[in-house]
Amino acid sequence: MWSYTLKRILQGIITVWFIATATFVAMHNVPGDPLSSDRAANETIRANLEARYGLDRPLFEQYLMYMGNMLRGDFGISFTQQNREVNDIIREHFPVSATLGVLAVVFAALGGILMGALTALYRNRLPDYIIMFLVILGISVPSFVFAALGQLSLVNLNAMMGFSVLPVAGWGTVSHMLLPALVLGLGTMAYLTRLMRSSMLEVISSDYVRTARAKGVPPARIFTRHQLRNAVMPVITVLGPAIAAITTGGFVVELVFAVPGLGRYFVQAVQQLDYTVIMGTTVFYGTFLVFMVILVDLVYGWIDPRVRLK
Amino acid sequence: MSDQTLTEHQSTAGARPIRTLRPVDFEPLPASAPTAGMVRPSRSYWQDAWARLKANRRAIASLYIIVFLMLFTFVGPLIWRVDPALQDVDQISQGPFADRSAILVAPFERWDGISLEQGFGDGDGLRLASQPTTQQVRMLWDAVPEASAYRLYRNHFEPQSALVLGVPIASITRDGVHWYEDRLDLRARIYYYSVVAVDELAQPLGQPQTIVADVRRVITLDEVVARGLTEDPAALQPGDAIELSLHPLGTDYLGRDMLARLMAGARVSLFIGLLAPLMFVAIGVLYGATAGFIGGKVDQVMMRFADFVVALPFLLFMILFQVVFGIGPGESGIVPMLIALVVLSWPATSRLVRGQILQIREEAYVNAARLLGGSHQYLIWRHMIPNTLGVILVTLTFAVPAAIFTEAFLSFIGMGVAPPTASWGSMCNEGLKTMLTHPHELIFPAVMISMTVLAFNLLGDGLRDALDAKMRSSV
Repeated sequence: MWSYTLKRILQGIITVWFIATATFVAMHNVPGDPLSSDRAANETIRANLEARYGLDRPLFEQYLMYMGNMLRGDFGISFTQQNREVNDIIREHFPVSATLGVLAVVFAALGGILMGALTALYRNRLPDYIIMFLVILGISVPSFVFAALGQLSLVNLNAMMGFSVLPVAGWGTVSHMLLPALVLGLGTMAYLTRLMRSSMLEVISSDYVRTARAKGVPPARIFTRHQLRNAVMPVITVLGPAIAAITTGGFVVELVFAVPGLGRYFVQAVQQLDYTVIMGTTVFYGTFLVFMVILVDLVYGWIDPRVRLK
Repeated sequence: MSDQTLTEHQSTAGARPIRTLRPVDFEPLPASAPTAGMVRPSRSYWQDAWARLKANRRAIASLYIIVFLMLFTFVGPLIWRVDPALQDVDQISQGPFADRSAILVAPFERWDGISLEQGFGDGDGLRLASQPTTQQVRMLWDAVPEASAYRLYRNHFEPQSALVLGVPIASITRDGVHWYEDRLDLRARIYYYSVVAVDELAQPLGQPQTIVADVRRVITLDEVVARGLTEDPAALQPGDAIELSLHPLGTDYLGRDMLARLMAGARVSLFIGLLAPLMFVAIGVLYGATAGFIGGKVDQVMMRFADFVVALPFLLFMILFQVVFGIGPGESGIVPMLIALVVLSWPATSRLVRGQILQIREEAYVNAARLLGGSHQYLIWRHMIPNTLGVILVTLTFAVPAAIFTEAFLSFIGMGVAPPTASWGSMCNEGLKTMLTHPHELIFPAVMISMTVLAFNLLGDGLRDALDAKMRSSV
């Protein structure tokens, strides 16, 4: 177990190095350069700025500098925002995205597991049909449409009730988080529901469930101890990639709901071509995702002894 | 054995008729009788798969939807030849089936504030001087002697209080002028005009007066000719009714035809949605098959690289690539998106195909073929490719909705196609802004995206069930 963990972490570090390098290569191929704004119109100023950022050195030296800074956890200073370090931006905005993402994953996982189990238990009956119809909607409707419809219905609900049931946009309190998190998790929830359903169907017809029933175990206990526990395993495996999809897909929801998250900041930085912010956010997000996936895999090995033995 | 009857018994006998055996059944057959053979005609793997697919009603329905989409995308623009970038300024943000009649009027002439149209301008207070039209709304009111200025407001709703009169449109300070002609962005709808007289300190004198103007859509002969609404301009006279151009699905916030834009958007979405998966699946198949076939160290290195690419945060790198390629003015940004999708998406397919190849390589029938002297070529073409084709086809089908979603996402946040190129994602983005007043601008593109994604997903499910019994989903 320990050597496996160590191996995975080592792999993760190499992957992060690859992500950092890919980001560096990509950003160096962006047309124009960071100093092409008006500030650097003067030749001397330009030369000074280039020296300050090391842009006058050979590319490989720049790369080493960049990697050194990354290793020290220094992502540099924003090009467009005065006196603002990329680290500050991440520190300030990432917790928002992370909160939203975690909440969305919780929604998606709980909803998916519960609804998937329900559809399997009521296979080919009304609850199954209703939930599977919703699942098809969840898979085929883009999240920004859900976001828009959610906002619209919330506006109507608030107007109908005469007071603000939930805020329509913004950030700050738990009530601000509910709708964006639900919208963000909806697609994943639909996917997990499908997965849980097929896994549950397999478990229901398995020998150990039949044995448990024959022994006279009460149905509720069969459901919790024998069916749910085993059926949930495949759902946990895909949770890693699901977290990745939810956290990087968050900026659409962040844009619609005016949530001050890192994703929205990234889009803004791209529009303004803020080099250091783009590179810093990408590498930070990449690192986060790589280690999230590793963490989920390790947890999986801890929960399911069969994986550990391999 | 006498006339004793034997009954066939099987575990699944419930459905089978019980057959009674008679002594005749034990007679040897003549030599000429047909020997054991296949009762049903032999069917190939693909025929079998097709038969299974045909039995799946959802998959067939999705196939019909896809055919309809193809017709909509490729044949549609040949039938509906409206330029998707053309702005119809007379019909902005019109819903489907909107009234599109207009009355022909003479060109605009300045108003002196005195002459009145028949039947208008009588009475007291704020009153209309002529029939309100989209060309102009003329009104006049009784002069207030102590007023230093008149303030005019326009509103879409009936003002509920003297404090909320609407948008201020004019402040008239010239002596003796107590009339106004509104020509600002008029639409065929009801407006509420209010006027308030104010003193030197801008304090209102008395209550505001409000009037309702039911504006009628009009058009001048020049405009009729410019828009090609008539073949015989000489035959038209002021007062004639003119039909404005038809927009079956309405227009967007710039007056562009929704149907034409949906078709143009379909071209973008399907171009990316079909071409990108075709390209990255092809690359992934080549890469994965090479790795799986060679095996050993090469395989390890190749797959490690694929793992790295998988680890890149997908949407962030999609956006990054858009920046790297730099969309210049006049470019649509479709090609950069295509390249970015291909660069980032191939590893998933390559992993899958590699796994398949490794698995098939160890199968008994491949070993048998090898032992019988089958060459590499033969093994690849006869066993490897046909047996992975099903998986590849299913991957391809599921890759299409994913690519369409990605395109829609990027265009929605403004990182995809550049305006005026239409794409369903960018249309949704534009429609979102007018969602409350003109919901059709959001609904149509959203329905198109959902329908396409749904159709390809259902087809993918059906194909998976039909092609591979092992992967069969229970959904």
